Amino acid sequence: MKLVIAIIKPFKLDEVREALSALGVQGMTVTEVKGFGRQKGQTEIYRGAEYSTNMVPKIKVEVVCASDLAPRVVEAVQQSANTGAIGDGKIFVLDVAQTVRIRTGETDDMAL
Amino acid sequence: MKISTKLFGAAGALGVSLLTALPALAQDGPIKAPTAEQMAAMSNKGDTTWMLVSAALVLLMSIPALALFYGGLVRTKNMLSLLMQVLTIVSVAALLWVTYGYSMAFTGGSPFVGGFSKMFLAGVSASTYAATFSNNVYIPEYAYICFQMTFACITPALIVGAFAERVKFTPLIIFVVLWLTIVYFPMAHMVWYFAGPDFLSDNTSDAGLLYGWGALDFAGGTVVHINAGIAGLVGCLVIGKRSGYKTEPMPPHSLTMTMIGASLLWVGWFGFNAGSNLEANGLAALAFINTFVATAAAAVCWALIEQIKHGKPSLLGAASGAVAGLVAITPAAGFAAPMTSIILGFVVSIFCFFFVTTVKNKLGYDDSLDVFGVHCIGGIVGAIGTGFVANPAWGGQGWVDYTVFPAVAGTFDLTGQVITQIKAVLLTLCLSGGVSAVLFLGLKYTIGLRASAEVEAEGLDIAEHGERAYNY
Repeated sequence: MKLVIAIIKPFKLDEVREALSALGVQGMTVTEVKGFGRQKGQTEIYRGAEYSTNMVPKIKVEVVCASDLAPRVVEAVQQSANTGAIGDGKIFVLDVAQTVRIRTGETDDMAL
Repeated sequence: MKISTKLFGAAGALGVSLLTALPALAQDGPIKAPTAEQMAAMSNKGDTTWMLVSAALVLLMSIPALALFYGGLVRTKNMLSLLMQVLTIVSVAALLWVTYGYSMAFTGGSPFVGGFSKMFLAGVSASTYAATFSNNVYIPEYAYICFQMTFACITPALIVGAFAERVKFTPLIIFVVLWLTIVYFPMAHMVWYFAGPDFLSDNTSDAGLLYGWGALDFAGGTVVHINAGIAGLVGCLVIGKRSGYKTEPMPPHSLTMTMIGASLLWVGWFGFNAGSNLEANGLAALAFINTFVATAAAAVCWALIEQIKHGKPSLLGAASGAVAGLVAITPAAGFAAPMTSIILGFVVSIFCFFFVTTVKNKLGYDDSLDVFGVHCIGGIVGAIGTGFVANPAWGGQGWVDYTVFPAVAGTFDLTGQVITQIKAVLLTLCLSGGVSAVLFLGLKYTIGLRASAEVEAEGLDIAEHGERAYNY
């Protein structure tokens, strides 16, 4: 099993979700996060007081899927979250050791 | 001024029954130095209604308008402290006003300050009357006291924005009591007190100092805005900068609140400016429209400057411009014409923008909510601008000479008027700035003026008041 973590632009969330649903992905966890990469931040000016916020709001999507599905999940996120502009985000793929469904006690692929 | 037309209209409206009951009115021409009974017949329900409504509108300017305008600009942890400071100052000022403030401001005495003959409102009743700006037109004294009370309430509340987020509550309230007593009441007397159109001709020296100079201040550019603005600057210099100023971000916690506050200020200001005419007539309508368009021009101008300078017009900028416009038109409201008011609005935003952005950053003082940059600078632009826009040659109203009876239009001297306006500004700056420095320094070195670094970090809301503005 793989954990796919995608940091995306907030307004791209719906498209990413639809693309993943089309692949048969059953669930995901979404968090509002802040951070920075090459995009740097924005400048806010309040009556001449300038604050450069170097943290940009992003959405973090976490999906756990079977290992053989992972490349297609990554591809789907990469394509659906892409705008071509700086700040589109990143995708990380990690190995998952175990999955348990709390209600039934099912494990691993059965629990996804 | 069309005194005679006005008087004729007022007398006509009184009806036949009153005229027979009060034969004094039947005589030709206005009555000099009328008695209280005669004044009763010279007051009308329209003026009284307008003054009571105006008083309520001006109260709206301080609570909630100013409290929300300021509160939105501070950080979440200090929101409640601003609300509480404004509410308490308004309440304390109201009590002082009826105790001795009204007497100090609006009774005869010296050119500098009134006496104590009306302490605890002695001698005031539902059948005593206050003069307006027309011969033989009066309003109930209680209505006048209430209207002027709201000015005493909002002026000290304006000051707190300069040292928001770091001042201790109790010393602040002590400062307000002393400042009202030593600065505000005498200033109100010097600028606004005169014996009245039906009495001044008998004793032409029975007027405040600045009134005697011929300084024009329709609704309180000197008394309210320059007065509070310079006190704020002195206060923020004595108290010192907020910890973290310029090193950590301190963005406004809710510009929504600030927008609500600024908008309510605009609405309430119609009472402030048009109400200051003391009568519901064409000049009140003139002050109303001038207030409307000067504010609009200043809001547009500030947003335009930002569009040019930063590429983005900000809400805070437009709201700041609106307030600057309101401040500037305050002394000029009843003297300017609508088109010259628009020019005044455009000009004031240029000055205030320069002060709150460039000058403040250069000099490095922490006038947190720009009380000096908007109210003092805006007030100075307005006060001096009044000397120009009052010029009858440019559609202004000129001034009225009440030392003759009945009152006549005075001869307008543009240069002389502008010099008088500048003198009035300088006197206000010196008096309020000087006394404020003494008061702030005295408090600083006795009971302390500034919250501890720990309290400041935690926020004044919890530390000073034991509450939070928001419990999510």
